[in-house]
Amino acid sequence: MKKNRNVGIIGVGQSVYSSHREEVNQPEMINEAVVEALESAGLTIDDVDCIVHGNMELFEMVHQPDLWHTLGTGALGKESLRVTTGGTTGATLVAAADHLVASGLHDVVLAIGFEKLQEGHTTGGITNMADPLWGRQLQTGALTGMTAAQMIEEFGEERAKKVAMKYRILMDQHAMKNHKAHRRLGLSPDQADELMENSPQLVGELRMIHMCSQSDGACAMVFASEEKATALCDQPAWIKDHVTAHREEMFCIFGDAPVLSTHRYAARKLYQRCGITNPREEIDLFEMYDPSSWWGSDWLREFLLLEGDEHLKMIENDEIAMDGAFPVNPSGGVIASNPIGATAMVRVAEAALQIMGRAGEHQVPKTVNQALASGFGGTMWTVLTLLTRQVPW
Amino acid sequence: MARRVGICAVAQTTYQRDKWHERFQGMALEVLEPLLEKTGLDFSEEQGIGMSISVSDDVFDARTISDNAMTDVLGAHMRCEEKVAQEGIQALYYGLAAIQSGHVDVVLVLGHCKESQGKSRNMVTHLAFDPFYTRPVGLDFTAAAGMQAQAYAAASDVTDDHLAEVVARAGRMARMNPATPETAVYSREEVLASPMLADPIRAHHAYPVSDGAVGMILAAEDRARDICAHPVWITGVGNCMDSFFLGDRDLTSNFALKKAAARAYRRAGIDTPRDTFDVIEISDQYAYQQPMWMEGLGLVDEGRGGAWIAGGGPDAMKVNRSGGMLAGNPLLLGGLVRAAEVSLQLMGQAGDRQVADARRGLAHGVMGPAGQFHAVAILERD
Amino acid sequence: MPSDFDTSDCYTIPGKLALPYTYFAGRVGSRFITTLRDRHKIMGVRCDHCDMVLVPPRQTCERCLRDLSDQWCEVGTRGEVVNYTVVRYPDRHQPRPVPFVLAMIRLEGADTPIVHLLEEIAPEQVVIGMAVEAVFAVKTTATIRDIDHFKPCDS
Ligand SMILES: [Zn+2]
Repeated sequence: MKKNRNVGIIGVGQSVYSSHREEVNQPEMINEAVVEALESAGLTIDDVDCIVHGNMELFEMVHQPDLWHTLGTGALGKESLRVTTGGTTGATLVAAADHLVASGLHDVVLAIGFEKLQEGHTTGGITNMADPLWGRQLQTGALTGMTAAQMIEEFGEERAKKVAMKYRILMDQHAMKNHKAHRRLGLSPDQADELMENSPQLVGELRMIHMCSQSDGACAMVFASEEKATALCDQPAWIKDHVTAHREEMFCIFGDAPVLSTHRYAARKLYQRCGITNPREEIDLFEMYDPSSWWGSDWLREFLLLEGDEHLKMIENDEIAMDGAFPVNPSGGVIASNPIGATAMVRVAEAALQIMGRAGEHQVPKTVNQALASGFGGTMWTVLTLLTRQVPW
Repeated sequence: MARRVGICAVAQTTYQRDKWHERFQGMALEVLEPLLEKTGLDFSEEQGIGMSISVSDDVFDARTISDNAMTDVLGAHMRCEEKVAQEGIQALYYGLAAIQSGHVDVVLVLGHCKESQGKSRNMVTHLAFDPFYTRPVGLDFTAAAGMQAQAYAAASDVTDDHLAEVVARAGRMARMNPATPETAVYSREEVLASPMLADPIRAHHAYPVSDGAVGMILAAEDRARDICAHPVWITGVGNCMDSFFLGDRDLTSNFALKKAAARAYRRAGIDTPRDTFDVIEISDQYAYQQPMWMEGLGLVDEGRGGAWIAGGGPDAMKVNRSGGMLAGNPLLLGGLVRAAEVSLQLMGQAGDRQVADARRGLAHGVMGPAGQFHAVAILERD
Repeated sequence: MPSDFDTSDCYTIPGKLALPYTYFAGRVGSRFITTLRDRHKIMGVRCDHCDMVLVPPRQTCERCLRDLSDQWCEVGTRGEVVNYTVVRYPDRHQPRPVPFVLAMIRLEGADTPIVHLLEEIAPEQVVIGMAVEAVFAVKTTATIRDIDHFKPCDS
């Protein structure tokens, strides 16, 4: 691959993530993120060439919502593109903005991911994903207890449950430092045993405490060409590469789990393209789309191409903590905040803020030269984005 | 300067009122198979299709994340699959950007929609309006078009007779297009006698409900020349968003279309768009839009669409030889079908409706109430 | 699809999208609605930068992106028809049996017209430029339909 030109992230804006945003309508909530992103980039809307927009229509039941949302996005008179890919939407919006700038079509692009889940019926909306003939009767929203069962089988009940809860509590400790995060529970490690027993069970050992939130929120990011980014921003977060690996809808309808995950596949491809041989050493930080603490724990192995119980040790040894050797989700992750159409973008946004040194209270205590962000959606889909501190190409 | 991007192959289903016997995945497969056959491509990691961009709409499909249902057809096994949830011509814009960025060499674009699945297309477009100010009064895209048509009638020389000719001609053209086997052919008198739908739009002025799918293969210049003998180059794209509330706009100003066209012309290096295009395909969802959008594109004098029609302008300028939107294709796919048709013309594969030696064409798409969003693509062959 | 495709064994599955939605009007929209409901006044917002009075009110100016949430100004309950159509196709999302008139009405003091129902006049008699006034709903619904419709009046 030969990139036509470099693209830098020069601004990030986020609305507050919450289950309760009764005081704003959809374009108003989006506008909060837009205003903050422009301010953070030191730009006005007049400097923006193109708006990229995405969310899931049936979550709010608005057809082509970018039309109405023009009231808040600033798209009036500008070019625009609307892309959606389910849970990965936010990461796809980043990829789209990268393409639009790298191609030379635009110098400055503003990408916006949003969801206002409080306005609709999320589980009903997700159930409508399933094929009306083959899958609709079986669908249970986004809940699955499969990963918990597999981890318990592989590592024993006690260790698996402890790791998942440790992951959960670490993420909450991160979220406590992020004032934009939706759920900040103030959990402490000595609550682990109690929560493992008493948190309500959703499916098997997937308990309420493990599961991601359902949030309202919007995220906006400003992307600029190398020339503009360098002129406008002391330290842009550069886009080195991104890999999208989706897969077919019906891959596990007959009960077999996939042998090769899209996470591992995408990670291998990304590392190969970017010359990364030891991701744990070469990548300084990972912001993961972790829909539950079981998945977050399990997926670490996939994304880092680990074998055996290495990933469990990383959690047990506090390696993934904010001040650990391999910080994961300093934002608090998806378990803390999950406005679906924005969620995958928030991962890239957090990785960018960490590289730019603008993550405030949840800034990790080391220089972040290279950061990885993952998006997750659909029927086990993955988007990986790699950001760098140095101009990459 | 980014590398050129060529359209290497085009395929489409027929557009028909109700393909009740076919799933939308089946329609898409009808498009995918000939595309792979014509190009010899597959989805292999090395030289295959590197990115699939589908075009669909969750509300029309009644499926959350409607591309999820399409992954098999889109070759998404471990591959890049993305969905443009906007006017279909925007998949061309996105595919162009993805290739010019250097990220990918070969892109599959595939749009599909079954408008027949829903009870009412107007109920779908009603949901594009905000829930507080505009939904409660019952707005939908047809009613919004009625108001724009009214304003345009007042601001231009276009009469009911002119519009009857636009519709009659669309039927005649559609007869030459194998993709539109069901399109009604009306005489001017029949159009004039058809009842009002949303004054001054008559029933026969409106595009029919239809099901169908359309796709194409895009490739970077060096790959494009390997894949096919005569790629059609995407030399200019442009689009623009107007205000949301109808009252915030001048409905006759063609604000968004003028900007979209200017951007496409600039990127294609076109200073004087008139007499530049050998073939033009515009998304005329309602008859008044054919002259109005032609004015917005700067190809007909402002307010003189009527004289243009009366003077045989549409035939002379080879506008909508396919029958256009009036011949029927799903709302969401309008611009993409237009781009496919222009490509077929430039490839010399347009059959009975072929324009001799067509070298440069324009395709146009429109979305939203009364043309809130317009997109234009300029296509050329060597 | 081949034209001789045998469709005799094909069947369809009926479905329905009936999910509940609750949309939040926001502070600006809420004040517009409550003022309309409780005081029969129609409010807009003014953008000084763009020199326009905008109805319906919105928190942000679409043109310049300035915050307008405290730039309230009252506009008239009378106005002028600047455009209209007659909706003649029946559908379930519509507020009235067809035919009914949807008009763009510029209220006194406003720069941007709103779309609303125009009644108490035959559709054939509607003309651009005619004066109309709001008729407020007898029973409130806390929506823009607390203006039940507009009707012709003396200018
Ligand atoms: Zn303003």
